Amino acid sequence: MSLLSLDNVTVQFGGLKAVSEVSFSIAAGELVGLIGPNGAGKTTVFNLITGVYAPTVGKIAFDGKAVAGKRPYLITARGIARTFQNIRLFPSMTVFDNVRCACNMHLKHGISHALWRGAKVAAEEARIEAEVMELLGIFDLADDRDANCKSLPYGAQRRLEIVRALATKPRLLLLDEPAAGMNPTEKMELMKLIRFVQEKFALAVLLVEHDMKVVMGICERIAVLDYGQKIAEGTPAEIRANPKVIAAYLGKEVSPEPIGGT
Amino acid sequence: MREFERTKIVLLVTIALVALLAFVCNRSPEFLQSRIYDILLGIGISIILAEGLNLVNGYTGQFSLGHAGFMAVGAFLGSAMSLGIAFPYLDGPTWAGAGWTVIFKVLQQGFAWLVNAFFWLHNGIIALSSGAPGWAKFLIALIYGGATAALSGLLVGVPSLRLKGDYLAIVTLGFNEIIRVIIQNAEPLGAQRGLTGVPSNTNFFWVFAFAALTIYVVHNLVHSTYGRGFLSVRDDEIAAESMGINTTKYKVLAFVVGAAFAGVAGTLFAHQKQYINPESFNFIRSVDIVVMVILGGMGNTVGVCIAAVLLTILPEILRDVAKLEWLPIWLREVAENRMIIYSLILIILMLARPQGLFGGWGKKKGAA
Amino acid sequence: MDSSTIEFIQQLINGLSLGATYALIALGYTMVFGVLRFINFAHGDILMLGSFAGFYCGPWLTAFTRKLAGNPDPARDLTGIQEWVGPWESLLGLALVLVVVMSACAVFGMLVEFLCYRPLRNRPRITVLITAIGVSLFIESMGQFLFGAAPRFFPELISDRSIDFSAHGEQWAGLTLLRSQVLTILVTGVLLIALTLLVKRTKIGMAMRALAFNPTACALMGVNVSLIVSFTFGLGSALGGAAGILSSIERPSIDPLMGVLFGLKAFVAAVLGGIGNLAGAVLGGLLIGVIEIMVVAYGPATYRDAVAFAVLIVILLLRPSGLLGRNVREKV
Repeated sequence: MSLLSLDNVTVQFGGLKAVSEVSFSIAAGELVGLIGPNGAGKTTVFNLITGVYAPTVGKIAFDGKAVAGKRPYLITARGIARTFQNIRLFPSMTVFDNVRCACNMHLKHGISHALWRGAKVAAEEARIEAEVMELLGIFDLADDRDANCKSLPYGAQRRLEIVRALATKPRLLLLDEPAAGMNPTEKMELMKLIRFVQEKFALAVLLVEHDMKVVMGICERIAVLDYGQKIAEGTPAEIRANPKVIAAYLGKEVSPEPIGGT
Repeated sequence: MREFERTKIVLLVTIALVALLAFVCNRSPEFLQSRIYDILLGIGISIILAEGLNLVNGYTGQFSLGHAGFMAVGAFLGSAMSLGIAFPYLDGPTWAGAGWTVIFKVLQQGFAWLVNAFFWLHNGIIALSSGAPGWAKFLIALIYGGATAALSGLLVGVPSLRLKGDYLAIVTLGFNEIIRVIIQNAEPLGAQRGLTGVPSNTNFFWVFAFAALTIYVVHNLVHSTYGRGFLSVRDDEIAAESMGINTTKYKVLAFVVGAAFAGVAGTLFAHQKQYINPESFNFIRSVDIVVMVILGGMGNTVGVCIAAVLLTILPEILRDVAKLEWLPIWLREVAENRMIIYSLILIILMLARPQGLFGGWGKKKGAA
Repeated sequence: MDSSTIEFIQQLINGLSLGATYALIALGYTMVFGVLRFINFAHGDILMLGSFAGFYCGPWLTAFTRKLAGNPDPARDLTGIQEWVGPWESLLGLALVLVVVMSACAVFGMLVEFLCYRPLRNRPRITVLITAIGVSLFIESMGQFLFGAAPRFFPELISDRSIDFSAHGEQWAGLTLLRSQVLTILVTGVLLIALTLLVKRTKIGMAMRALAFNPTACALMGVNVSLIVSFTFGLGSALGGAAGILSSIERPSIDPLMGVLFGLKAFVAAVLGGIGNLAGAVLGGLLIGVIEIMVVAYGPATYRDAVAFAVLIVILLLRPSGLLGRNVREKV
């Protein structure tokens, strides 16, 4: 059974169909790529899955239960976490607190405990600290725990966003251009890291990325969006050969005309 | 983890200290009559108000302009408790010949039931506490004032906290006005005349014990998992939601806690002045509290505390300045109109130092 | 027609004329919001300044026009259109007052924008909001300081006679219409049409619309953003000044805090109609005026000032984009 399935999902903003009749599914533990030219609706698909937008038509099911139109925090509680294309860390917090924040929904103590600050709170805080530090360690951020998150270099901020998403203990991780603005070496390292956590935490990952080398390199399956519609889906090799995909990226082949004219 | 235990001890020591000071104050009847004592009580009440609002405006980033409304709820209902004012129950609608208006009548009946349930509770507490000693009665009034203000905070917060920024500011201002107009129309609460003869129970101990409690609660909330929730809501609501944080819950929680303390402050205020009028809980008073929070630096407990002290003393100093005969008459008139100075403080602060006078102070790295 | 219908029509007219004042102020809110995405809290106080400007220069200007017309008898019987809007020399006086006050308010609005809001152009919205609250309080308290806190009586700019309808047929007996009400509604209508033409047909109007749509792109296309913002503030403040004159003719008791409630209710009107939308502001203003008067006439009159806020809360919960507004989503 698939972990996440989109069934005929359409969203309309005013007169514009940002995503139109898109269907696809992700199985547990799978690494799927979502690609498409700028403005194809990739981020909108993310926003639909995570509940930032509600679909106009169509069904989204996670783990067999409908999630379309639910509040984002409820969807996150079900086990979907995400990063953002334009980094959205909590600017006033330290690296450590950014991640700790994402652990909030797994906490059991109530407000009276927070006010009394007894043993229960202390124990939970200690447990969280250990968890957070482990995650920060994996992504090589442990040394920066007390730095303000905005003072980190760009690449580190992107990694921090992934750590923060992982702290919610998801089963499906949505990564929106995690390697944007990185150089090829950094990109490759990040992709290895993603593979690593995917296996370690048994995650399904949906990845939006522009660098074809990266996507083709690590994804098991790829879906292609263009003008809000899914135009292709398949293994990297199939996608590479698909004429529709080539047309979408390079434009339709036109009859050659002399440049400069007469 | 040792820091965890420390706050409790600090609170207990502070309250013991306050009790001791209160005892010393009580030895000197002249001091209790003096203006300085009056100003001191005013400072404590301001601290409660400002720290409560700081939780909402500062830490949670929800700009509320209606804090005086909750203060009014606490002031009037707390005083009603002390004065033993019971509410007469509302009558249901007359059902005869209702016709199609039956829909409204059902609503009216439901409303009457809800209000009467509250009245029943109110009247019941009055009946139960009638024999209690003075201090216990006052404590009940304080808790009752805080609880009812918290309830009104919940009623106001749930619908309005869906809004952001300017809209939220104006809607909370609107609720402030609505609360004021409702009190002005409530005959048992003295309507437009207000309430007189409120017992003079407020003293040094109660004011500063509650001020310490307010700071303790706000500090502990902010330096806990809840605090990270508040800050994440302020920093980026969408990211917070996506990290599994129920932003509505945290916003309403901050609002309700802030309102509860405003209610307590209102009850203390009423029992200090012994006379309250709905007019004195208008938009201007809300602005007073907002200025304290902004001057202190939104989300800075120490700064807001200092600002509350300064801005409570300032009008008193201005009042003295206005009496100085050697000053030019226009300067004395400016001094009498403290709003000129308050508004200038706001404008200049925003242009020159928007983080507040003490913004950036007292913030430890890795705290929160 | 029975007396209750007449009574209803009467209240409707009263409501519309009050609503027209709200509409004028709401237009200012809406324009500034459309261009700068911020609520100019001080806008209501511009109305108060307009009123006081009229208070000081009104008698002088009307005396001037009367002298120009050879001091005709103000109590004479008027016929035709003058019966509805007042003698022409006082109309000329009113027009003069409006022009002077509107220009003064426009200059003042631009000054406020230049001193207080322009330095904050790229700051967080909350900073601008707090500044606007500060500016509003400053104008109010300076008003109290300069004009005194006690209410003043606004001079009679037109002889505000009520128009007798019984001459037009028995069934209209009991209906009274004030000249100031006719004028308020007329002037609002004219200003709205002029404003719509300005925004839709002129180059500067096009720049305003572009600025509302995308400020960065607008600046890149060579539009002088500061100039347009200044102009918008001036225009909004001029309308606020006009509202001050018109409302004071009908309700002549003026004081430095009169702008607070007017401003808040007009803001509600702007939100009700859909903030950023000119026609919406007018619709919202008229609705708020009518609702308020109806509550006073038929409902609990003591809740008069709470009504607008109740409407605001309901509209923000049910349809935050307002009646005519469009839904705007936050980009993620």
